[in-house]
Amino acid sequence: MTLTQAEKAAVVTIWAKVATQADAIGAESLERLFSSYPQTKTYFPHFDLSQGSSQLRGHGSKVMNAIGDAVKHVDDIRGALAKLSELHAYILRVDPVNFKLLSHCILCSVAARYPSDFTPEVHAAWDKFLSSVSSVLTEKYR
Amino acid sequence: MVHWTAEEKQLIASLWSKVNVEECGAEALARLLIVYPWTQRFFASFGNLSSPTAIIGNPKVRAHGKKVLTSFGEAVKNLDNIKATYAKLSELHCEKLHVDPENFRLLGDILIIVLASHFARDFTPACQFAWQKLVSVVAHALARKYH
Repeated sequence: MTLTQAEKAAVVTIWAKVATQADAIGAESLERLFSSYPQTKTYFPHFDLSQGSSQLRGHGSKVMNAIGDAVKHVDDIRGALAKLSELHAYILRVDPVNFKLLSHCILCSVAARYPSDFTPEVHAAWDKFLSSVSSVLTEKYR
Repeated sequence: MVHWTAEEKQLIASLWSKVNVEECGAEALARLLIVYPWTQRFFASFGNLSSPTAIIGNPKVRAHGKKVLTSFGEAVKNLDNIKATYAKLSELHCEKLHVDPENFRLLGDILIIVLASHFARDFTPACQFAWQKLVSVVAHALARKYH
């Protein structure tokens, strides 16, 4: 699955806005994830997952920074996320199904904050982009 | 039988009362066809689906989106009996329409995103939880009579 030029442009444009609230969006996405899909909490037994927790915010930031890297290197997501890909494959081993769930929650958070920017075309580009990111992060699993 | 807490019922009903079924339905179906283009396979008779603009403006898409979301309203009205509510529709989707149930899950998630974009801050994580549960129960009920 490769992104067209138009899709890459859509991803980069919205990212400029998202980046200004990246931390909050990251935390909100995780909150939505843990709330709608409680089974995802099993990967964070060591975390305080209550709303507003500093660990939640910190981890949300980490996730969004990585996405930001992928945006910056949208022509070579595999290269940009190579280390993270190994981390997820050999250390974290988060089941692949969960990347879809988090991607969905990120889309919800972005849609809620930027409804007029989140047109169907932008929605499609972001869904595809996050799907690419998820693929890269799981491609070394086996 | 699905168990709904009083809070979940309240979150679902109160959001639903503010939903413009025609607009949301049209938007949800259009987004499904745009974001997951392979879903267009079920709508060969709908005419021009060649671009996002064409899909959004397509009157058949709008009408069908409204039909689908109106039907969804039946679930909201019958939270305690969703299985029975969708028994006939489940048979229809299997025997006549031949729709892979995965598509019900896709549409459910698209609906959630449409609700998020319309209700913004009001579509809290708790609200999303109740609605994810609802779309999941509906998808399950629609798949239940498949054979």
